[in-house]
Amino acid sequence: MSRGAALADTPARDVTVNKALCVFLALCAVLIVLVLVSSSQGAVRIPVTEVPDLLFGDLLSDEETLWRNVLMEVRLPRVLLAVVAGAGLTVTGTVMQALFRNPLAEPGLIGISSGGALGAVAAIVLGAPTLFWLAPAAFAGSLLATAACYALGRRHPGMSSLLLAGVAINVICGSLIGLFTYMATDTQLRSLTFWNMGSLAGATWQQLTLLGPWTLILCLLLLREWRGLNALLLGEREARHLGFAIEPLRRRLVVLVALIVGPLVAATGVIGFVGLVVPHLVRLSLGADHRWLLPNTVVAGAIALSLADWLARMVVIPAELPIGMVTSLIGGPFFLWMLTRRMR
Amino acid sequence: MKRLFCALWLGLVATLTHAADAPRRVVSLGGPLTEIIYALNAGDRLVGVDASSLYPPAATRLPQVGYYRAFSVEGVAALNPDLILATDQAGPPAALKQLQSLGKRVIVLPGDATLDALEQRVHGVAQALGLKDDGGKMVAQIRQQIAPLQGKAGGLKTLLVMNRTGKLEGAGTDTTADAMLQLAGARNVLATQKGYKPLSAEAALLLAPQAIVTTSMSITASGGLDAFLALPGVAGTPAARAHRVVVMDDLLLLGFGPRLPEGLRTLQNGLLAPAS
Repeated sequence: MSRGAALADTPARDVTVNKALCVFLALCAVLIVLVLVSSSQGAVRIPVTEVPDLLFGDLLSDEETLWRNVLMEVRLPRVLLAVVAGAGLTVTGTVMQALFRNPLAEPGLIGISSGGALGAVAAIVLGAPTLFWLAPAAFAGSLLATAACYALGRRHPGMSSLLLAGVAINVICGSLIGLFTYMATDTQLRSLTFWNMGSLAGATWQQLTLLGPWTLILCLLLLREWRGLNALLLGEREARHLGFAIEPLRRRLVVLVALIVGPLVAATGVIGFVGLVVPHLVRLSLGADHRWLLPNTVVAGAIALSLADWLARMVVIPAELPIGMVTSLIGGPFFLWMLTRRMR
Repeated sequence: MKRLFCALWLGLVATLTHAADAPRRVVSLGGPLTEIIYALNAGDRLVGVDASSLYPPAATRLPQVGYYRAFSVEGVAALNPDLILATDQAGPPAALKQLQSLGKRVIVLPGDATLDALEQRVHGVAQALGLKDDGGKMVAQIRQQIAPLQGKAGGLKTLLVMNRTGKLEGAGTDTTADAMLQLAGARNVLATQKGYKPLSAEAALLLAPQAIVTTSMSITASGGLDAFLALPGVAGTPAARAHRVVVMDDLLLLGFGPRLPEGLRTLQNGLLAPAS
C-alpha cells in the first residue's frame, strides 16, 4: 500500500458532512464539559455550582475569596493554555503528517521543538534576565531552526531532503543543548530540566492574550489549506497534475506550523506525543479528508492536553506532575500499539 | 529576581511592624528552612513541606507540595497556610507571585551557602514565626561553635565528588560542597571549575588529592565503599592509597542549616584523622 494511503489507516469511506459535523459538535461538547470539570478540580476544590457566583457575584467568605483567586489567577489561565497548546500542537501534527506523507511525522521532525529548546537553554545558560528573554529566545530558536532546515531541504526537490535536513538540524540542536548543559551551573541545570519536561504551571493571562488569538488565527489559516493537504496525500506528482503549486504550498505550511509551534514551545516547554497520537485517533473515526480532519483535530487536541493537565494536577495532590511526563506516559505505549497495528 | 526579593523583604518588614499574630499554619519551600523551623521547636506549626525537606524525619510525614523549584501553587494554597517561607531558589518565579496574588504571606530568604546567608535565614524564619529571641540565640550559638573550627584543615588538598547518576561528578566553586571545604580550611583541588562537572579520571590523578570527601548516597550509588575506591579517578590517588576518604550524610554535609557546626566538625575530624 502506498504511503499516502497508509495515512488513512482505515478503509476508504466517504465521510458525510453529517458525520463530521456530529463528531465535531460532540467533541466541542466534551471539551466544554472537560474545561468546566477541570476548572473546578485540583488541590483546591471549587464547587462547579459556585463558579458563576465567584466570577460575577459579590464575595462573602474568606474561603470564597480564596476560591476566586485560585480560579482566576492560577487555574483558569492554566486550563485555557492547555486548550490552546493542545489545539496548536495537534493541528500542526496533522499538517506535518500530510506534508511528509508519514504518519509518524510531528513538528519536532523539522527542528521546531529542538530549535525552541536550544533557544531557551541558551537564554538560561548565557544568563539572560531569565523570564523576559526565555520566550523570545525560544521563539527565535524555533524559527531559525525551521528556516535553516527549509533552506537546506529546498535545494533538492522532494520531501526526503527536508526530512534529512530536519534530522541534521535536530542532531545539531541536540548536541548544542548538550554543550550548554555541560556549561550550566547547578541552578541553571535545574531550570533546564524543568523546561525540558514541559509545564503549564506558569500560565498567565498576559501570555494567553497573546498566544490565544495568535494560535487561533493561524489555525484558521491552516484550515483553509485542506485542499492542498488532500492533494499532497496523493503524492507530489499527482498534486502537481491536479494543478497545485507544490513549492509555495509547502512553504506556506512549514511557515504556518513554525509560527504556531514556536511560541507554544516558548510558553510551555517541550510537550511531546500530543501532535503525534491525536491526529491518528481522529483519522480512525473520520478518514483522511482534511476538510473534516483539521477542525476535528483542533478540538480533539485541546481535549487531549486538557485531560493530561487535569491528570497531572490530580494524581499526586498536593504536588503535581510535569505535563510532558503525563503525555509521554500515555502517548508512548499508544504509539507502540499504533506501530504494531500497522506492521500486521 | 532581586526586585522580587526586595519587594518580599519589604513585605516582611511591613508584616512585622504589623505585629500580626504568630502564624499557625506554615508551609516551607526548602529543606534548609524546614530544618531551621524544627530547630526553633516550631515544627508543629508546619502544615506542608517541599520534597527537599528530608530532615528531621518528622518533616517527611507532612503533606508534600512537590520539589521547591517546581512546587504546585494550588497544592500550597489548598493547605490554607497563613505563612509561606521560601528560599530565593524556590520557583518557578511566577509561582511565588501567584501565591501572593492569592493573598498569602510569602517570605523569601536567601538560599546561598554562606555563613551570612545562614544567619539571615535563621533570623528571617525566627522573626516570621514571632520567635525573634530564639533566632538570635541560635545564630549566636552557631557562630560560637564554628569560630574554633574554621580553617583547621590547614590547606589539605581535597577532592569532593558526588555520584548521583552513576558517574562521578567533581564539585568546583559556586557549590555548597566548596563552601564547606573552605570553611573547614581544606583546599578544593577543583577550584578551577564552576559547579559540578563529570570528573575526568586523568585530571583527578594529576591533581593528586590527599583527601576525598563524598556522601553516603554517592557511596550507595557507586555500589559500596570498596567499589568506590576502585573507581578510575579515585583509585591511584594519594587519598585512596591512604584511605583518607570522608563519607558523610548528604544533608549533614550539604544542608548548610542549624547543624552546620556538627557537619563541619565531622568533616574536619575525617580530614584530619590519622591515615589508616
